[in-house]
Formats: sequence, structure tokens, C-alpha cells
Amino acid sequence: MKAAYRHWLGWLSIVVSVFVFLVPFAFIFLTAAKDRKESSLREFTLPSSWHLWDNLVQVIQTRDFMIITAFVNSTILTVASVAMLVVFGAMCGFIMQRRPSIWTSIAGFLVLAGLIIPPAVVPTIWVMQSMGLFKTLHGLILIEVAYGLSFTILLFRAFVATIPRELDEAAIIDGAGPIRLFFQVILPLLKPVAVTVIVVQSVAIFNDFTNPLYYLPGSQNVTLQLTLYNFQSQFSTSYNLLFMNILLITIPPLIVFLFFNRQIVAGMTAGAVKG
Amino acid sequence: MAADATTAEVGVSVRARARRRSGSSYPSWFFLPAAIIYGALFMYPTFASLFFSLTRWTLFEAQFIGLENFAQFFREPFLIKGLINTLIYAFVTSGLKVVLGMLLGVLLTSQIIGRGYLRSVVFFPVLVSTIGIGITFTVMMHPTQGLINETLALFGIKGPGWLTDPNLALLSVAFVDVWKGVGLATVIYMAGIVSIPQEYFEASKIDGATPWQNFWGITLPLARPATVTVVILSLIGGLRSFDLIWAMTRGGPGFTSDVIASVIYKQYQAGFYGLSTAGNVVLFVMVAIIVVPLSVWLNRREVEQ
Repeated sequence: MKAAYRHWLGWLSIVVSVFVFLVPFAFIFLTAAKDRKESSLREFTLPSSWHLWDNLVQVIQTRDFMIITAFVNSTILTVASVAMLVVFGAMCGFIMQRRPSIWTSIAGFLVLAGLIIPPAVVPTIWVMQSMGLFKTLHGLILIEVAYGLSFTILLFRAFVATIPRELDEAAIIDGAGPIRLFFQVILPLLKPVAVTVIVVQSVAIFNDFTNPLYYLPGSQNVTLQLTLYNFQSQFSTSYNLLFMNILLITIPPLIVFLFFNRQIVAGMTAGAVKG
Repeated sequence: MAADATTAEVGVSVRARARRRSGSSYPSWFFLPAAIIYGALFMYPTFASLFFSLTRWTLFEAQFIGLENFAQFFREPFLIKGLINTLIYAFVTSGLKVVLGMLLGVLLTSQIIGRGYLRSVVFFPVLVSTIGIGITFTVMMHPTQGLINETLALFGIKGPGWLTDPNLALLSVAFVDVWKGVGLATVIYMAGIVSIPQEYFEASKIDGATPWQNFWGITLPLARPATVTVVILSLIGGLRSFDLIWAMTRGGPGFTSDVIASVIYKQYQAGFYGLSTAGNVVLFVMVAIIVVPLSVWLNRREVEQ
């Protein structure tokens, strides 16, 4: 009786999940494979003829290969800001866990503030303009670092607590200075949490729309999310191209998901158990 | 502020190291790179916003006008609408995420078939571009040609204009937000439920408890840290939400689905920088007065138990 009930519940959930969660993605894929006329009907049907490749080529050629530029920009943005987040975040997490002091408490407070306070947009633009960072890719990289630091530091600090202090002491007795201690002893041991940080922050920064919209306006240096936003009005009659674009920017997260599912879940549930 | 302090400490620690070979192995200057970026691009603008929200501002000159911007925020009907919508959106999305996330968490930690598949499909939307999801659902929610209403029509139901009905637009966007975000709530609940010691369930089995009693008596109270995390995370996210609303309705029809974050963007685009910054301060205060007491209260009740 109980096994039958579970069986029944499992099948019911699978059927419901197909309708709720898979149909939208199938809709994206099918629309991306249709020709322009058929896609404008917005129907959930198999395309009468497949145009995946044509649509792909057309999307890539739109506006002088803008999507290629955007892809390069998004990649640079993601890689650079995640690299800085990992190194700087780990340095902070390490000191905050190892050396309790008044500065550590202040840093802890600032970390929490960073999680709660919504960024003040226009004053940030004003500051960036005065530093020559507004509308530049490196400016946006620094913004992503500033906004991502809080979460990164929290993850690193919790993980440093699991590394025994005896290791530090052994390295110090052997004559390691703080830089060697951190980069040669501690940082390699932080690898599991670093992978989590890399994966979670990459997805977040790659998918970020709001910050590029504010801090990187202009059509020369767009990111992928912005191209999609711009194409939304440009392709208002060519749904096939619009959805091909959506399909393209869904692929990187899909790849990350297939390979790093466990690390993503670990990062996102950190703190859920102990509160 | 923090940057200055650490710079001072750098000087001290460098001198100390010059004197004796054995300086601190945990130098404060390790904070420095992060503190500079964080201080310059996050803390400083945040403090500056408190001043600029009191001005009429062109980015080049700021004219002090006192609380006029805030007065305007609570006077203009469409700005008040934005405030109310922000609250509705945040509470609807976080409420639904708690309930659905909890149910899915229980379901996906039980022994059902297709569990791995179900976990994957529920979680995957969390990782997909919000703009992409927004555009997809905008097309599917089209009042006459959209997939959702065409499906309803098959059953003889006349679906509403999800995004064109002023009373419904905000809730439709909130629904898509839940669709995209419930996977995160689910995995947080799954982590919380898995960490409950099995002894409790074994003991209740011996006492002859029903699954329903198990849920209310064991799972719900002991998964409390997960509930706290989901509530806090989705409230912060919901109050600050911008990209999905912008991708789906741009605050329309009219101003009926505007939230504070979209008002901030609209005022920024229109060049009302002072008013936009005041919106930021309002949002900050709103997040602070809702989230901070709530998280203190939720965490204290946890200790009492």
C-alpha cells in the first residue's frame, strides 16, 4: 500500500514537473528552430521545417556580430571578477577567522551590511565617473567584486574554521611569512569552497542584468544579458531569433549545471542548516 | 573608513616586522584590496546617497532641497503605488517560496521514483538568465495567442490577460519569480530536512505517528533554520527585485506593476538623480526595517526552543 502510494506520487510529480518546468524550455527550443513566419504564431508545436542553423547564423550576424563581442565581454567580466573575488575574499575570510580583533568585528558588520543594503545606484555612477570607471568593463568588474564580496567572505570564513591552526603554526615555525603562509599553505586547502564560490558567483555574474544596465550603458561594450534586452525590441517580430538568443545564453549555465551541480547546491545552502 | 584604518595598521605592522623578524602572521593589510574596492564602490556611495537624496542633483551640482524628494515619494500616487507593490511582491513571493519550497523539500527527500530528475528540473531555472525567462513567459502569457491561455482554452476556460490586466500584472510577474526561485528554496529545505537526525522519525514510528503528525511535529520545527534562511533571502531578493519586472512589464500597464527598484531606474533615466537616490534610501530603509527585526526575532525564537 505504502509502496504503491509512493509510486503513484512519483509519477504524478513527474507528469506535473514536465508541464511546469520542461514545457517552457521546450518552448524556447522549438521557437528557436522555426522560421520567422511560423514562430510569430507563438504556438507550442514542432516546427514544420527546422531552421536552427539559419537562425543561429542570423543571430550571430545581427548588428555586426554584436553577440560575439557580448560573449567576449561577458567572459572577461565573469572570469576577472570571480578571480578577484576568490583571492580577496579568501584573504579577508582567513584573517577574520584567525585573528579576532576590533577590525574583524567591524569587517563582520560590513559584510552583513553588504548583504542587506541595496546599492545606491546614482551615487555609485557619480563615484565611478570621478574615477574614470563609468562605462568601462574594468569598472563593471570592480562593481561585481564589490557586490559579491560579502557572500564570498562568509563562505570562506566558515571554511577556514575547519582548517586546523596547527598547520599555520607549523608553517610559521618553518619560517613562512604571512604571504607564503596564505598562498602556499592555506589557499590550496580552500579548494573545495573556492570551487563553490567560483561556480556560484560565475552564474550570478554571467546572468547579471541590472549592473551592466546601469554601469555599462552604450552599444560598444554590451554583455550577453544586455544584447538580449536590446534584441527584445529589435526582434519584436522575429521570435525565432529572439528565442535563439535566449537558447544561446541558456547554454553556459546548463553546462555549469551538468558538471557542478553539487558545488552550486553546497554554496547556495550554506548556512541553511545552522541558520 | 575601514580602508584608512587598515592603512594605519599596515604602517605599524611593516615597522614591527622591520624590528623583529616575527611579525603577525595574520596581517591586517590582507583586508586592504577588498576594503578599497568595497569602500570606494559600495560604502562611500551608500553614505553619499544619504546626502544626495536631499538634493536636486545633476551629477555636477547638487542643490539642497531638504526632504522634498521624500515628500514627493509619499505624495505622488504612482510612487506610493510603487511602495505598496514592492511590499506585495516581496511578501507574495517569499510566502509562496516558503510553502512550495517546504512541500517540494519534503517530497524530494522522500523515497519516490524519479527523485534525481525531479531535483534537477526544479533547481535548473535558478541558474537561467532572468531576462531570458522573463521574455519567454511574456510570450507565453500573451492574452490571446499565449501558450498558457491557449491551453486553458482547450478546457473551455477563458484565461485572463496575465500581463495586460492592471490588477493581475504584478501577481503574474511574482508567479514567474516563484517559478524561477522555488528551486533555491527547495534545496535549502532539502539540506535542512536531511540534517534532522533519523532517531526522531524512528521514535515517532514506534509511537505510531502518522506522516502528517511527523511533518507538523518533527520536520517543520526542526527545519526551522532552513525556513529562516528562505524567508530572509527571498524577502531581501523580493524587495530589491528589478530585472524580472523590467523584462516582463517595465512597470506597466501604466504604473500598476512598478516597484521601488523600477521607479529608481525610471527616475534615473529621466534625469531626476536626486529623486532616484531618494528612492534608493527609501528602499534601504524598507529592507532594513523589515529584514533586520525579522531576522533578530526569528533567530531568537530558535534559541529559546
